[in-house]
Amino acid sequence: MSDTTATVGRSVPRREGGDKVTGRARYTDDLAISGAWFGKTIRSTVPRGRIRSITLDPAFDWRRVVLVTADDIPGDNVVQLIRDDQPVLAPKGGEIRHKEEPILLLAAADRDTLEEAISHIRIEYDTAEPVYLIDKATEVFSTVEIRKGKVLEEVEDVEVVVERTFRVGLQEQLYIEPQGAIAIPERDGSIKVIGSLQCPYYVHRALKRALRLSDAEAVVIQAETGGGFGGKEEYPSIVAVHAALLARKAGRPVRLIYDRHEDLAATTKRHPGVIKHRTAVKKDGTLLAQDIEIVLDGGAYCTLTPVVLSRAAIHAAGAYSCPNVRIRARAVATNTPPNGAFRGFGAPQSLFAAELMVEHVAERLGMSSVDLRRQWMLRLGDTTATGQVLTESVGSELVLDAALNAAAPLRRADVPTCRRGRGLSLVFHGSGFTGSGEKKLQGTIGFEALADGTFRILTASTEIGQGTKTIFCQLAADALGVGLDKVVLAPQDTSLVPDSGPTVASRTAMIVGRLVQEAATEVKERLKREKAPLRVEKSYIQPDSIHWDENTYRGDAYPVYAWACTIADVEVDITTGEVRVTDLVTAVDCGKALHPVMAEGQIEGGCLQAVGWATIEEIKMKDGGYQNDRLATYLIPTALDAPRIRTILVENPYSRGPFGAKGIGELPMDGPAPAIIAAIHDAIGVWLDEIPATPEKVLAACASR
Amino acid sequence: MRFTLNGTAVALDVVGTRRLLDVLREDLYLTGTKEGCGEGECGACSVLIDGEVVDSCLVAVGQVEGRNVVTVEGLASQDGKLSQLQQAFIEHGAAQCGICTPGMLLAAHVLLQQAKRLSAADVREGLAGNLCRCTGYTKIIDAVLACTK
Repeated sequence: MSDTTATVGRSVPRREGGDKVTGRARYTDDLAISGAWFGKTIRSTVPRGRIRSITLDPAFDWRRVVLVTADDIPGDNVVQLIRDDQPVLAPKGGEIRHKEEPILLLAAADRDTLEEAISHIRIEYDTAEPVYLIDKATEVFSTVEIRKGKVLEEVEDVEVVVERTFRVGLQEQLYIEPQGAIAIPERDGSIKVIGSLQCPYYVHRALKRALRLSDAEAVVIQAETGGGFGGKEEYPSIVAVHAALLARKAGRPVRLIYDRHEDLAATTKRHPGVIKHRTAVKKDGTLLAQDIEIVLDGGAYCTLTPVVLSRAAIHAAGAYSCPNVRIRARAVATNTPPNGAFRGFGAPQSLFAAELMVEHVAERLGMSSVDLRRQWMLRLGDTTATGQVLTESVGSELVLDAALNAAAPLRRADVPTCRRGRGLSLVFHGSGFTGSGEKKLQGTIGFEALADGTFRILTASTEIGQGTKTIFCQLAADALGVGLDKVVLAPQDTSLVPDSGPTVASRTAMIVGRLVQEAATEVKERLKREKAPLRVEKSYIQPDSIHWDENTYRGDAYPVYAWACTIADVEVDITTGEVRVTDLVTAVDCGKALHPVMAEGQIEGGCLQAVGWATIEEIKMKDGGYQNDRLATYLIPTALDAPRIRTILVENPYSRGPFGAKGIGELPMDGPAPAIIAAIHDAIGVWLDEIPATPEKVLAACASR
Repeated sequence: MRFTLNGTAVALDVVGTRRLLDVLREDLYLTGTKEGCGEGECGACSVLIDGEVVDSCLVAVGQVEGRNVVTVEGLASQDGKLSQLQQAFIEHGAAQCGICTPGMLLAAHVLLQQAKRLSAADVREGLAGNLCRCTGYTKIIDAVLACTK
C-alpha cells in the first residue's frame, strides 16, 4: 500500500531526480532521431540596412543541402507574439534591424557539408545608420503611465527632494543547455517539434501562423529542459519555426541546436534601462511623493517588451506606501538584438532604482535606511501605486525582521587592502500575470482518474528545473489523500495536454498549482458517486474581487505579492576595485513552502543570478553586437565566486494559493543587486548608480569622490 | 582504437581527431555527457580520464587510447543502485534543471575520492570548473559535504 502521509511542506525526492543524476534524462540534443539532418541559421552581419543580394557560389553543389529563404514560408513571415513586427526570416530586399537577424536556413546530412555550404554564401547589404542609444531612439514600443494622487510639484509641505538616475545593463539568462529544437515532418502534413522550451503553446501558435498549420497539425513536445529563466519563454518559437521550415522542405527531420556562441550572440537578453527618481519627503522621513521615469531598451523588435515595461512600471515605487506617485515608462527600439523575457521581467530593473532611492533619502535625512523602510513599507490595508489595497499576506515586516535576525555580525576584512560592508533591500513581486492577464488567458488543466486507481495530471506547465513535476504531484496527492506514487504527469505535448498558459510570471505553482488542487478535490468528490475512469478540466476563473483597468493602470495589478528582504555582505578590494559578495541572507515570504528544499533552491539560484547581474555579468557592445559573446568572456558566478546563500522561508499564507502558496520564481532576482550596491557604499563610501559594479566602475567612483 | 569505458573495454573504428564528447554521445549513445559551451568553460561535458576530471569537448578521442574513461552513466552500480553522491544530490536538491548535474557529479566524485575530509571551501574550489545556473551552488555543496560524513 502506498504512503498517504501528506506531502505538501515536505521535501520529497524530485520526480525526475533519478534520471537527472544518472544521465538518463533526455534533453533535446540527446534524442537520436533517425535520418535527421543538421540545421543552421545564417544571420546578418550588419545592424541596420537592406539585403542587396544573396549569392550562392556555383562552385558548391547546392543539391547537397536544403536552403530555406523567406519565400519558403507557407504562412505569415511573422514570429507570432504581441506585435507582428519580427520576421521569421528577413526577405531579400527586406530590412535588417539588428546584427544576427536570421536571413537563411540551411540543412545538410552532416556538419561538415553544412559548414562547407555556409562558406559559399555571400550576402551583401545596403547599410543604414544604426541607432544604439536609447536617448537617440525614435521608435517607441510602448508607454505606461501610473498616477496616484498629485504630481510631486503640487504636493504641499515638501521639505526635501532627492533626485538620482540609475542605469542597469544587459544580462544573458545563460541556461546551461543552449536553445534547440528538432522538427519532424509527418506523412499527413503535420509537423512535430521537440524542443527545449518553457511554453509549448507559444511555440504551437508560432508554428500554426508561419507554417499555416491547423491546431492538430502542429504538435509541440517539451524535451527535458536545461534551464530557462525566461530565455526559453518566447525565443524557442523562432528556433522551432526555423527547424520546422527546414524539415518541411527537406522532407525529413532536422535538428537545429544552437552552440553557445550563437546562443549568446543571437538570443534575447534582459532589457537594459535608465531609471530616474525624484522623491519628496519631510525632514522626519514622511514619504510625500515619488516621480519616476523609466526608459527600457527593447532592441530591434517588440518581443514581450510592452509586458516587461508594464511589470517594471508597476514595481517602480518599491514596496512602499506613498500617497502621491507618478510613474512614466517607455520602451524604445534600437538596432541591437531584441531583448526579451528574463526572470523578474522588468521588476529587477525598477526595484534596483527604488531600493537605492531609499538609501539616498535616508542618507540625506541622516536616518537609518532600515528605519526609513519600516516607516514607508506597505502594510496590510495600505494602497500600492496602482491603487491596489493590500488585503492579505503582506509579509514586508516579517521578512525584514527575519533577515535582520538571521544576519551574522559583519566581520572585518583580514586583508589590509580590502574593505567590508553590508547592505539591505526590501522588495515585493507580483505573483501571476499582470492585471487581467490570467482572466484573458484562462489557463486550463485536465485531471484524470484512471481505471487502475492512479491519477494523471494533464498540463502544459513545464518543468525547467524549478520543480513543477514534483509539486503538482504533491498537490494532487494531498488533495486526493493518496500516495505520491498514485499520481503521474502526462508529457508536455500539445496533442495531449490543454493550454495551461506559459511557464512564466511566478504563476505555475500558485495559479496552475491551484487548478491542480481544485481538480483533484473535485475528482475525489466525484469518485464517491462515480467510477473511474473519469476526467475533469479546470480553467482559471478570476475572483470577482480583482479589478484592473488596463487603460488607466488602476486597480489590482496582481492577485497577491511575495516579499523578500536581502542582506548582502561584500568585500571590496580598493586597489583592484574588485567586489566579492561574501555572505547573502534572504528572507522570503512565499505564502507556503510546498517543497522547502526546492523553494530554497529556486531562491538561492535566483539570488546568485542577481549577484552576477550586479557584479560581473557585463555585456560590452560593439557595432550593434555583443563583443563578449562567448562563455570565455561572458562570465557568470562559479562556486568559488558565489557566497554561501542562506534562505529563510517565511510562511504567510495566501487564501487563494494552493495550500497558501504564492509564486516566488522571480522574486529572488529583485533584491540582491541594490543590497550589494548599498554594501559597496558601506564598505568604501561611494555610491554607484550603475550595475554591474565592475572593477572599472568601482575604481572610477573612488577616483571621482 | 580501444579504451575502457565505465569499466568495460570498448573497441571503436573512429577518426581519432573527433571530440571525445561527440563519440560518447553519437557513437556510443551515452548522452549523459552534455555540451554546454564546446570551449571548456562550463564543465557540462566533464568526464573522468584515468581519474582526472576533463572537459570532453576539448579532448580528441584518439587521446584516450588505452585509458580509463568514466561518464555519469558509470557512477551507479551495475544493478542500477545509485551511489551515495547521486543519492545525496537528489536528497539535497542539488539537481534542478539537471543539465550541469552529470559533470558536477563527476567533479564531486573525484573530490570525494581524493580527500575524505573536505571543507566547504575545498568543495567550492573543486567544483569551480563546473557552472550551474539554477542552484546558486549552496545545495550542491551541501550534497557533497554530506558524503564526507
